[in-house]
Amino acid sequence: MTTDNALEISGLHAYYGESHVLHGIDIHVRRGELVTLLGRNGSGRSSTIRSIMGLVGRRVGSIRIAGQETIGMPPHRIARLGVGWCPEERGIFSTLSTEENLALPPRARGEGLSIDELFEMFPNLKERRNSPGTKLSGGEQQMLAIARVLRTGADILVLDEITEGLAPVIVKRIGEVVRKLKSLGYTMLLAEQNFVFAAPLADRHYVIEEGHVVMEVAHHELEAKMGKLNELLGV
Amino acid sequence: MFNFSTQALFGQLLVGLINGSFYAILSLGLAIIFGLLNIVNFSHGALYMMGAFMAYFGLTFLGIGYWPALILSPLIVGVFGVVIEVLLLRRLKGLDHLYGLLLTFGLALIIEGLFRNAYGVSGQSYPVPDLLQGGLNLGFMFLPYYRGWVIVAALTVCFAVWFIIERTKLGAYLRAGTENAAIAQALGINVPMLTTLTYGLGVALAAFAGVLAAPIFQVNPVMGSDIVIVVFAVVVIGGMGSIMGSIISGVSLGIIEGFTRLIYPEASAVVIFVIMAIVLLVRPAGLFGKAA
Repeated sequence: MTTDNALEISGLHAYYGESHVLHGIDIHVRRGELVTLLGRNGSGRSSTIRSIMGLVGRRVGSIRIAGQETIGMPPHRIARLGVGWCPEERGIFSTLSTEENLALPPRARGEGLSIDELFEMFPNLKERRNSPGTKLSGGEQQMLAIARVLRTGADILVLDEITEGLAPVIVKRIGEVVRKLKSLGYTMLLAEQNFVFAAPLADRHYVIEEGHVVMEVAHHELEAKMGKLNELLGV
Repeated sequence: MFNFSTQALFGQLLVGLINGSFYAILSLGLAIIFGLLNIVNFSHGALYMMGAFMAYFGLTFLGIGYWPALILSPLIVGVFGVVIEVLLLRRLKGLDHLYGLLLTFGLALIIEGLFRNAYGVSGQSYPVPDLLQGGLNLGFMFLPYYRGWVIVAALTVCFAVWFIIERTKLGAYLRAGTENAAIAQALGINVPMLTTLTYGLGVALAAFAGVLAAPIFQVNPVMGSDIVIVVFAVVVIGGMGSIMGSIISGVSLGIIEGFTRLIYPEASAVVIFVIMAIVLLVRPAGLFGKAA
């Protein structure tokens, strides 16, 4: 088994109770690569992300993280392999202050960024360190959700719809953060509805439809495959 | 109606504070258990009774006195709670509230039945520790040392638990798990272990209350079911899952109950339930609870 792939998913089926939401997903993300999951609403992007974290009802197939099979692991052990998750709903806790939210996740592996480094990267969070987490603006909450996993030492970031519902100026700022993280060598899987945001950032794209991967596009093929992409995404 | 002596007034205030202290510790345990496990722990009263019995067994069979029992009994009952959580409660995850209610209620019946079978319903007496024999004449009333100690000990423990939950890292895990267990776990927190420890802690608090109660009330197999009904009303009034709410409403309802006994004794047994009904009508989530 080569560990060249930070994340390798094969034949993944996922179920919520009776409903079968993923029908054999095959995806891989190499170390240091930024890969997006594109697709319409309800296509299975978020279900794929939640399956990686072990948060669907039942999952069958294989999900290898840094070479290690995780299909039977509980979520907290998956996180401790160095997977940092930003949930679609952001998952900021209202009963915790901003700083407590930031310091919450236990260290996964290695040295993450320190609270001071994170405050330098996200100055807004420093100003509001004592406010309850959910009193922050949507953009600040999103920054907090990203900062929170950087502290743990996670080197594989799984980001679910991080631009959703945010003003263009904040989306631009998040783009800068993602670019910076890529330059620092983080591996990223990004579920994204906003193709315009994702296109210039990513190395590769997977298009998901009805729980299948229907298309894989490398960055350099974007122009050539734009027509087909438009058709699938309806952008 | 209001022609009572100051002696009687402070006497009832003391009784109210004592009862309120027990309500506070017991409802605090119920609140943290409900917060993380989503289970209304109907065996709480039985575990409180077990706490008192552990102290009684220690003294009767092993010669272990009150002070060590105050630590040992909650530990033993806490470990018992951990076993219950791992073997039984854990399997209820994701099921309707009703299953947790039935399981813990069944457990309460079994535990209580076993003790009743062995000891009947007439209580065993447990002596006040030597250090706290006697009392202090305050002029306006007589304060038995032991009763003063119960109030101080109960409130100290309540405050310590509140501090751990609101001001420490472990407490932040607990708050996060209570708010959204799935997200907390996917961020790397070992929620299953946290859940087990939380149940153990809640149950240990019940046992601690049981030991405190042993010298005041008799050690009796039905002592738990007597108090737990009132405690459930207290938790409903304070708001399910609210830590400070359960402490404040526990103490204040004890006092209200005491004053009612003074003004209109016939109503003292129902006053808490009347308040519960009013609170449910006006604020269904409880005085300190967040609306769902």
